[in-house]
Amino acid sequence: MAFEYAPAPESRAVVDIAPSYGLFIDGEFREATGGKVFKTVSPSTEEVLSEVAQASAEDVDAAVKAARKAFEKWSALPGSERAKYLFRIARIIQERSRELAVLETLDNGKPIKETRDADLPLVAAHFFYYAGWADKLDHAGFGPNPRPLGVAGQVIPWNFPLLMLAWKIAPALAAGNTVVLKPAETTPLSALFFADICRQAGLPKGVVNILTGDGSTGAALVGHEGVDKVAFTGSTAVGKQIARTVAGTDKKLTLELGGKGANIVFDDAPIDQAVEGIVNGIFFNQGQVCCAGSRLLVQESIQDELLDALKRRMSTLRVGDPLDKNTDVGAINSAEQLARITALADSGEAEGAERWAPACELPSAGYWFAPTLFTNVTQAHRIAREEIFGPVLSVLTFRTPAEAVAKANNSQYGLSAGIWTEKGSRMLAVASKLRAGVVWANTFNKFDPTSPFGGYKESGFGREGGRHGLEAYLDV
Amino acid sequence: MADVTASDGALRRFLHGLPGVDPVGLEARAAALGTRSIKTTAKAYAIDLAISMIDLTTLEGADTPGKVRALCAKALNPDPTDRDTPRTAAICVYPDMVATAAESLRGSEVKVASVATAFPAGRAALPVKLADTIDAVAAGADEIDMVIDRGAFLAGRYLSVFEEIKAVKEACRRQDGTAARLKVIFETGELSTYDNIRRASWLGMLAGADFIKTSTGKVAVNATPANTLLMLEAVRDFRDTTGVQVGVKPAGGIRTTKDAMKFLVLVNETVGEEWLTNEWFRFGASSLLNDLLMQRQKLSTGRYSGPDYVTVD
Amino acid sequence: MSERLSVFKTYKLFVGGKFPRSESGRVYEVTDSKGKWLANAPLSSRKDARDAIVAARKAFGGWSGATAYNRGQILYRVAEMLEGRRDQFVAEVADAEGLSKSKAAAQVDAAIDRWVWYAGWTDKIAQVVGGTNPVAGPFFNVSSPEPTGVVAVVAPQESSLLGLVSVIAPVIAGGSTVVVVASEKAPLPALSLGEVLATSDVPGGVVNILSGKAAEIFPSVAAHQDVNAIDLAGADAELAKALEVAAADNLKRVVRPQPVDWSADPGTKRLTAFLETKTVWHPTGSLGAGGSSY
Repeated sequence: MAFEYAPAPESRAVVDIAPSYGLFIDGEFREATGGKVFKTVSPSTEEVLSEVAQASAEDVDAAVKAARKAFEKWSALPGSERAKYLFRIARIIQERSRELAVLETLDNGKPIKETRDADLPLVAAHFFYYAGWADKLDHAGFGPNPRPLGVAGQVIPWNFPLLMLAWKIAPALAAGNTVVLKPAETTPLSALFFADICRQAGLPKGVVNILTGDGSTGAALVGHEGVDKVAFTGSTAVGKQIARTVAGTDKKLTLELGGKGANIVFDDAPIDQAVEGIVNGIFFNQGQVCCAGSRLLVQESIQDELLDALKRRMSTLRVGDPLDKNTDVGAINSAEQLARITALADSGEAEGAERWAPACELPSAGYWFAPTLFTNVTQAHRIAREEIFGPVLSVLTFRTPAEAVAKANNSQYGLSAGIWTEKGSRMLAVASKLRAGVVWANTFNKFDPTSPFGGYKESGFGREGGRHGLEAYLDV
Repeated sequence: MADVTASDGALRRFLHGLPGVDPVGLEARAAALGTRSIKTTAKAYAIDLAISMIDLTTLEGADTPGKVRALCAKALNPDPTDRDTPRTAAICVYPDMVATAAESLRGSEVKVASVATAFPAGRAALPVKLADTIDAVAAGADEIDMVIDRGAFLAGRYLSVFEEIKAVKEACRRQDGTAARLKVIFETGELSTYDNIRRASWLGMLAGADFIKTSTGKVAVNATPANTLLMLEAVRDFRDTTGVQVGVKPAGGIRTTKDAMKFLVLVNETVGEEWLTNEWFRFGASSLLNDLLMQRQKLSTGRYSGPDYVTVD
Repeated sequence: MSERLSVFKTYKLFVGGKFPRSESGRVYEVTDSKGKWLANAPLSSRKDARDAIVAARKAFGGWSGATAYNRGQILYRVAEMLEGRRDQFVAEVADAEGLSKSKAAAQVDAAIDRWVWYAGWTDKIAQVVGGTNPVAGPFFNVSSPEPTGVVAVVAPQESSLLGLVSVIAPVIAGGSTVVVVASEKAPLPALSLGEVLATSDVPGGVVNILSGKAAEIFPSVAAHQDVNAIDLAGADAELAKALEVAAADNLKRVVRPQPVDWSADPGTKRLTAFLETKTVWHPTGSLGAGGSSY
């Protein structure tokens, strides 16, 4: 008799979503000028969760002005006082983490297991880490008394809504900046809940402003002349557009963009852990991760063995209700993203790669894509070059370490890479030759607030996390 | 695979050629599977399955026939208030208690397992170990839980360990041509590294183990989710390579239903359904049984049970 | 006695360790501050820039792979060679910038000292800006700076030698390779610096020096897909904006033009501007799976 896990849904009752939300400007929620709204849906069911305001250019202006006004006092506060606000925020996040995890899972579609065990702990940790920097900036290696930049305009993506918010807001506030943040159009809710956390923490009004909206809101924000700093995480195409927008201004810019990470498996790899790392690398968050290990480079001599093991492991992935505690792979975030993944996967087939997916029943409502593997992929295939941002792994082979490095680096991107080998010298040699900002050796997709994260080449510039992450928000 | 055991060198090359184990990754995988939420019907199924997989164990210097008989009664009738409760898989005792246990369990499907080979340290000459085994089998043991010579293993004398297991396997034969099933205990806590545990697993299986077992229960670290996961991977890979199925028995330190659920999840998601039977998976445990019984009562009555509502042995 | 007729120097570009003329065959007239003819300088074309970028890319692997100690030795060697030709550069800088001999000498001395400053940085910057990160888990985690790649620079227009050295030395100190367009009106000290570099153990292609009009050459450089970063020190605001827009096509790192006192302490800003932080994780874990209590 098979061991079938009974449904184990996390309770929705811990989160109370209002039917509508306004913009959070100058410490209060207000409707958008013009009164435009849009709906946010749960990607796993297509249920409408709430209606949120579409910020106009006027709203952007109001938010930037509020942030500018708040900047004077906020930046003049002793660092130790700013620190305590951030510590408060970190603690409130810890207290409300279950609620926020459920909320994030509802709005994003990712498994509760991930929001509970990865997103939320990292969010709290990030605030906790940067809180401690606020009164130690003199010691951060940027010279004495480094100054904040002013108003930071921050635009974040939908794949880790609250975590990306934390990556942006925590260092900005610690350094003494004020912020106007725009969450992604499809995942606005956790940022709006964060506004409430700012209220509970007693954060002075105007220090954090949250504007919901679409790409036009983001464009208005980064183009606003009152913004001193632009931080963006998202697609490389939009990142380039932003770089053009801020050209010729004094705005400091950091960009965290796309990737096509190579996960390199040598013949002496710890195979079982490598399989876990490959699975984690591409199916964590449905592969909607900029640093995903979306290209598997496997040494030809162990290809069959590794792929057998990988397929066996993929067959045990549990795809379905994101709120179920046993779900490994949740929903794709939007119909639009699903269409993009589908189109790229279809191109893989059309270009001659061999497609495989485990038998798995996908829910009828919502946006779903089965974990998928492509073999017989070459560097020339689109699925080996373009970021799919979905649960689709392209498998390529190599014969020697030099070939592995050459293939791994043969990309416009340079965000992440993985190395699996039990040989220390090879690991270090390969790590030093990879043109990527984060290299995971015998592990993958690990994050920590102390660890700088960011890309080479078209994966962007600047680092988030660690001491390095402060630089983006200081006039140094 | 006979050639890999042709010489000490060949065996060493083979064992050291097995894929390495990254400890952090292994433990992370075991911990991740430990977060599975087993509820309602799945929990009921898993509790009964876990009870049926227990080698109910007493391995004390103070063991007496009375104690062993009481334990056998418990194995046969774990919950006097609910006769539908499954029986445990076996009773596990020292060799000198085998006859008593066999007598108590006669006619039932509950097996008698006996530790042997100078358990738990295994520090005795081979003839002594074989005599220990032969004695237990003759007294009616259905299963023999032997310990490997960890000293020889750690000294790199793999062939010696291999030959010893083979000899004990031979000693498990009965005159009628049948044989007691052989569980090979590695004492993973003493082997210390996961690479050693993987090598010992293959070594044991190559030598003819019917089961590979983590521990004696007598050292600081016994069965853990990580070492059991690793051994499950080994039996999976061994069957893929040779077609021979080998069982796994984590022993020592598994005391709660929650723990047992985690181990069953490991089995389910590593080797699957074919190992989800007491023919291929066992728990070496004693106090675990009562916790399972209390959880079982909670599921059937809706009330939390207490220690006075299960039998002490 | 009639005055001896001097031998003029033909100024050439410095690309890939060689001294080519511009492939365009064009030159332009370089004068001193009073308008007196000094020399003809090559008027580099976009193709010259392309060749220089190819040379810089080719040199990148070796230069970035050299030990930091080795790079420091080579940068120090540049200072030694420049010191040896101090008088020549004092004269060239005086002509180029219309300075008195003593003021020109101060510029040259500062330029020499700047090489020494960056020579000392090569094997220290990684310790200052990198290090291990105390992540909350069983992992060894280390961040180290790595060179960005091929960096193209518009040299400062006014400070023909000190400004030039101040923008190229930090690039190569960090392990990147450089293509620089010298000050348009005062390119001669830059072209002479090529001769110093060629005799200083700097591998060919690590520094490539072009003369000509940045406004003509640089748009294609800023758009070049195999350039990783640009320093617009010597570009005017309008040109800089256009170049920054072009640079966005492959997300080059951009250092915008800003007022700089080249004689002041340079700090590490230009050094770190062309470094990428790479963070490597590796599991650590415990020594073993358990012990014995016997």
